[in-house]
Amino acid sequence: MRHAKAVLHAALACFFFKSGEDDYASLGNAMKIVRQKDFSSGLLYIILGVAFAVASYGYRMGTASRMGPGYFPFWLGVLMAVIGIVVALGAIRLDAEPQKMEHWALRPLFIILASVLVFGLLLGTFGLVLSTIALIIGSSLASHEFTWRATLINTVVLIVFSLVVFVYALNLQFPVWPTFIAG
Amino acid sequence: MELFDNLMLGFASALTLQNLFYAFVGCFLGTLIGVLPGLGPLATISMLLPFTFGLEPLSALIMLSGIYYGAAYGGSTTAILVNLPGETSSVVTVLDGYQMARQGRAGVALSTAALGSFFAGCAGTLILAAFAKPLTEFAFAFGPAEYFSLMTMGLVGAVSLASGPLLKAIGMIVLGLLLGLVGTDVASGVMRFTFGLPQLWEGVDFIVIAVGIFAFGEIIASLEHKEVREAYTGKITNLWPSLSDFKQMMPAVMRGSAIGAAVGVLPGAGLSLSSFFAYSLEKKVSKTPERFGKGAIEGVAGPEAANNAAAQTAFIPTLTLGIPGSATMALMLGAMIVHNIQPGPQVMTSNPSLFWGLIASMWIGNLMLVILNLPLVGIWVKLLTVPYKVLYPAILLFCCVGVYSVQNSVFDLFLAVGFGFFGYALKKLECEPAPLLLGFVLGPMIEENFRRAMVISKGDFSIFIHRPISAILLAATAVLILAVALPAIRNRREEAFQES
Repeated sequence: MRHAKAVLHAALACFFFKSGEDDYASLGNAMKIVRQKDFSSGLLYIILGVAFAVASYGYRMGTASRMGPGYFPFWLGVLMAVIGIVVALGAIRLDAEPQKMEHWALRPLFIILASVLVFGLLLGTFGLVLSTIALIIGSSLASHEFTWRATLINTVVLIVFSLVVFVYALNLQFPVWPTFIAG
Repeated sequence: MELFDNLMLGFASALTLQNLFYAFVGCFLGTLIGVLPGLGPLATISMLLPFTFGLEPLSALIMLSGIYYGAAYGGSTTAILVNLPGETSSVVTVLDGYQMARQGRAGVALSTAALGSFFAGCAGTLILAAFAKPLTEFAFAFGPAEYFSLMTMGLVGAVSLASGPLLKAIGMIVLGLLLGLVGTDVASGVMRFTFGLPQLWEGVDFIVIAVGIFAFGEIIASLEHKEVREAYTGKITNLWPSLSDFKQMMPAVMRGSAIGAAVGVLPGAGLSLSSFFAYSLEKKVSKTPERFGKGAIEGVAGPEAANNAAAQTAFIPTLTLGIPGSATMALMLGAMIVHNIQPGPQVMTSNPSLFWGLIASMWIGNLMLVILNLPLVGIWVKLLTVPYKVLYPAILLFCCVGVYSVQNSVFDLFLAVGFGFFGYALKKLECEPAPLLLGFVLGPMIEENFRRAMVISKGDFSIFIHRPISAILLAATAVLILAVALPAIRNRREEAFQES
């Protein structure tokens, strides 16, 4: 929240070309990226905007009165890229409050997403029970408080819960057991 | 009195044993998940949506709104007992609520929140019922140009009222709009941005995005902090506020309800903004502002009433115009569409018992919350002592079941993994994801109305300012943008969000 004001100021100043005198004095240093998060988000916006605009250009554009499928997304993509440029420029102003990119917690990121991925890969062939075991044990490994005992109890409880609630009570369509057993 | 006839019709359809049961289950489950720190209404609704599958539309809607109120209310319990806001709208409840708990008045704080919310909920339901009809009639006068301008105003309003840098939030909206266009173009039948994948022909499901960005992103982010939560472990006694407590809280509840009801209709961060407003108002009108932050009962009553009233009136644009004003409402709208109900002006005429039944059930839901939260508060306290290492795998499983069962599609699970990564990246880049979801739901509607308006005007962009209603809406949008850009208001906006 502390940064919000500075970014807003920087962005708006860029937007309205309203720079103070001291900005000109420090123009030489302006290329230094003061606000890393903003700069990266600006870049991300530019990349995504350009990608969408390029992809839309492959569809028929049409005219303003008869728009093809490409018209609306193309201009949205352009708008997105322009916003990205302004955000990125705002991040390299020297009077902006410095802002460093945070460290990424790669371990939980990888473990959590991988266990969901495995859940999805197993579900079709091996059924809900086995894929739930993989999901719960796999994702539990991400915690620094991991213990086998708690994880196994948790797995059993959750399997019973999902069988009772999702499969029998709510009647959601799940392959429950592996196809080579259930046929 | 037509209003009362309508409400009677609503109560008649909502007060069946079956629907009361679903309202209860919804409130219970919503509170259960909403109590967990970090999981606000957005993640809770998307996670619990599969529980409503297989129900009749009205029962499903009743359960969904129960989940919504439960989740919104659960956040305050966490705020009071754990000193952690469950979501942004309970950020201010933390200030005085936790202090009250530390002074041994946790029970009073909880019942103040519950009673305040109930009162505000009743007021909100009445306002919603009163405004629904005239607004719906008004909506029939809307053509494509008006709809386009209204949605534009909604989107701009959502970011200008929300916290954080404006331009980044607008970027997130545009990205949401673009993501919403993935799939078959209705007008030409062309597949857009589908990479040849048949699973994308119908576009990305909103649940996939909500679960990926909000739930997965949140779980990953909370796993990187190693500190242990400190829950209130003392026994909760003395639930009933004393007479002097009542005297202090009632005016605050009234003021909070009024603010909340007004702010809730505005597009955008209705819930959180209304509680901020209510808190600063209480502090201003108080004769003893120094008590605030040290356990002032008004500091709990005002904001809690405000965010509940706002939760109610936020339904007004969603139900009458079919246009959600916030990300949570966008999710509710999406959930209604899953149940084959397209909210909009035609719902009230085509399916009155459903429409009024939903409104009546909101009142019932608020009553349920009081019942659930006062006597059963012990359960929620216990729940807060369950270690996170046990909770998050369960949350993850519910998310996976939810994503999969919307379309029985494993592909959606893989997409959600992608959005989970993206959601975590957004957190690290300090990009607020809520506007993205709003843009995502509005994307196809906004494009469709834009294209239709341009067909009508034969390519002349001035149609948007030549039609009076549209012109007024666009002028209001411009005022919003200017207002945020003006230094005086900009500072006030920052101040309001800084009080957290």
